[in-house]
Amino acid sequence: MSDAKKFLYVNRKAPYGTIYALESLEVVLIAAAFEQDVSLAFLDDGVFQLTRDQSTDAIGVKNFSPTFRALGDYEVTKLFVEKESLDERGLDPSDLQEIVWEDEEEDWEEKPSIRIVSRAEMADIMADQDVVLSF
Amino acid sequence: MKLGIVVSEGPYTHQAADTAYHFAKAALDKGHEVPRVFFYHDGVNVATRLSVPPQDERHIQKNWTALAAANDIDMVVCIAAAQRRGILDENEAKRQGKDASNLAEGFRISGLGQLIEMGIECDRMVMFGD
Repeated sequence: MSDAKKFLYVNRKAPYGTIYALESLEVVLIAAAFEQDVSLAFLDDGVFQLTRDQSTDAIGVKNFSPTFRALGDYEVTKLFVEKESLDERGLDPSDLQEIVWEDEEEDWEEKPSIRIVSRAEMADIMADQDVVLSF
Repeated sequence: MKLGIVVSEGPYTHQAADTAYHFAKAALDKGHEVPRVFFYHDGVNVATRLSVPPQDERHIQKNWTALAAANDIDMVVCIAAAQRRGILDENEAKRQGKDASNLAEGFRISGLGQLIEMGIECDRMVMFGD
């Protein structure tokens, strides 16, 4: 599809407590099959979705955080994380999972999918989209 | 302009399904097209035909069913979200071995691909949620 649209999935809520994060990820996995230009944004409590070493044993719900590491296989390679949202929650980029994708054009070199951006950069990223879905 | 609408909160608790309805109506009145409305998250609960609000209150499902019939709107309920929340059409009820179905007239159950397709084909996608 030559005229692919730019889709941005905005994740604003914590991974558990509500179903938004899980059902957002379900949309992203389906969307990947449509060969559009897909990006994900993580801001506000949404940054918690990407934290490492999540365990949901005590709350009886599925830990879906490993699925983020599979996104590269779906050619979803742009995960924008807002720096201010991390800072406001006492999080550091090292608190996030390592998520990589393999660049076919550079001998399958592994590249990081997570890109830390400022709030101002995030605004520009949003302004640049055709379709924004907010979860 | 072709407008795709997403409803992502449930009826009565949240205003999203009402606001989306008024928005769709106003857009149609202005001559825009609303080819499809997609119901996701708790928004799928709009599609139950078993809702019985007090008579002096608006009936959200019936509002949508009437608007869709009058304007040929394709109202799609996400199957994964619907199954979690007990919204089933006759086929799904049979397939899942359930003794009842509850999908209201004018709605159909389908996959998330319909949401993406709407994003591709519409000029604007407008999401009504929290």
